[in-house]
Amino acid sequence: MTLRGDLALISHLINPHARVLDLGCGTGELLAALQAEKNVNGYGLDRDPANIQVCLSKGVNVIEQDLDAGISNFANDNFDMVIMADALQAVRDPRELLRQMLRIGEECVVTFPNFGHWRCRLQLGFRGHMPVSKHLPHDWHNTPNIHLCTTMDFEKMCAEENIKIIQRRVVDTRYQEHWAIQLAPNLMASHAFYRLGRPS
Amino acid sequence: MPTGSATVGKITPQHFQCAEPLTLQNGAVLPAYELVYETYGTLNDNKSNALLICHALSGHHHAAGVHSDDDPKPGWWDACIGPGKAMDTNRFFVVSLNNLGGCHGSTGPRSINPDTGKIYGPDFPNVVVRDWVRSQAALADHLGIETFAAVVGGSLGGMQALQWAIDYPQRVGACVAIASAAKLSAQNIAFNEIARQAIGSDQDFAEGRYADEGINPDRGLGLARMIGHVTYLSDDGMGTKFGREIKSGDFDEGDEVEFQVESYLNYQGQAFTRYFDANTYLLMTKALDHFDPARDTDGDLVEAFRSATCKFLILSFSSDWRFSAQRSQEIVDALVKAKKNVASAVIESEHGHDSFLLPIERYTAALGTFLNRCLDERSGTLS
Repeated sequence: MTLRGDLALISHLINPHARVLDLGCGTGELLAALQAEKNVNGYGLDRDPANIQVCLSKGVNVIEQDLDAGISNFANDNFDMVIMADALQAVRDPRELLRQMLRIGEECVVTFPNFGHWRCRLQLGFRGHMPVSKHLPHDWHNTPNIHLCTTMDFEKMCAEENIKIIQRRVVDTRYQEHWAIQLAPNLMASHAFYRLGRPS
Repeated sequence: MPTGSATVGKITPQHFQCAEPLTLQNGAVLPAYELVYETYGTLNDNKSNALLICHALSGHHHAAGVHSDDDPKPGWWDACIGPGKAMDTNRFFVVSLNNLGGCHGSTGPRSINPDTGKIYGPDFPNVVVRDWVRSQAALADHLGIETFAAVVGGSLGGMQALQWAIDYPQRVGACVAIASAAKLSAQNIAFNEIARQAIGSDQDFAEGRYADEGINPDRGLGLARMIGHVTYLSDDGMGTKFGREIKSGDFDEGDEVEFQVESYLNYQGQAFTRYFDANTYLLMTKALDHFDPARDTDGDLVEAFRSATCKFLILSFSSDWRFSAQRSQEIVDALVKAKKNVASAVIESEHGHDSFLLPIERYTAALGTFLNRCLDERSGTLS
């Protein structure tokens, strides 16, 4: 199975047999792959009935739960890794959710579209429009993305929360890393992946 | 997943006489007992496609199809059992029985007590969910079924499915608990107690010996059913179905007025007394109140699930307040913590607790997909 580019990047970070919680698991693509390839004991949370139905057909442990209602029902230290792929910007309280993720899991992986990307800046700064792109395909009035941020914003919050950034990967729209992005990630990266650890 | 009108057709109930004594949870011994059951579909050669249905408070063995051509109504779970339905009889061999203590043909309060030669009545021992599961396992032995592909139940039936997963981990491939709970809330027990008081306060209850005297506590049992019935519906659902529609009379004329909802409830209550036994009702509600698998593990539900090895599907309905989605979430949380494979869904429905009996599209699709996937995994057609 070939995973969507961003999910393949996440998959590399997961150890075999790990216990994984995927927040906003969508159609369960990542979990199905982790279950098949790494024998991972994984669970996914989602609130969309159509997604849940697809997860069931794949045999994924999908649990219907709205992230905005919190994840306080999960016990401390219950998971090796808690993943949130491209959902951070769509939840009501991303900061609290991040705290909860690191309470439940030993580590977590967070990915989001970088609003600091030059295309976004161009569209807003020069054309005067809210950015619309491959990763941010919605118009301002129908977007689920209510908490967009840049990599700098995100790292600032991590510093404030004392969250340890174990690893960062910044990529272009095709999920490729190259030198230009490393040089000026907040300007050049269209997407960011963070592997985070508990406050030291 | 199709939920069409496909049916299993005409069904003849079967009887299993168990000569093996059953020691109940409370220490009482049933020297022998009978279970009435039905089956739908065909057991495959390696007997890997069996599915057990566990019924709820007022249920019985007749879950699907009809008993005769002029039967006005099919079995109680016909919406979900049949060719191409969620519990697909083209693929599964479905077993459905009337539980011990029931009043539809299995040994219960209406049966003759071998010790006295008289009807058991109130002397029928209290049976609990675990006892049912043990008697169901005896039925499985009788049918040559070593492992059920899945055990499925709604409400009290879901509790039996959970108990199966705990007590017979090697005999269950998947457990589906629908609109159920790991234990009843105080409010839920309270409703059961009101129902029991309604029965007990009927003079014709005669301390449970009504059958001996050739009478029946129709008023009390009918009232118990009316109370229960209201709790199985939602405010919105009743509003949609009845509103404030008046069946007879006119407020302006100063008449005695009967609302449609009153007429409906009175009818339901009375109809119930024709096919249900008051002592069975007491027994079933007590089994509901008693159920709490965590009692054996110092109140720790996670620990109670430790023995389970099957996959779980936990379904609930948005408007169900008698067995709310929160109760199902508690089961899910414990299963996740116990590292069991579990999936869950909260189905949008305005039909309250009764939703689990209805052909709600998302519900039957989720149930069918999960069960079919389990069967595919078992038969090795998936990697």
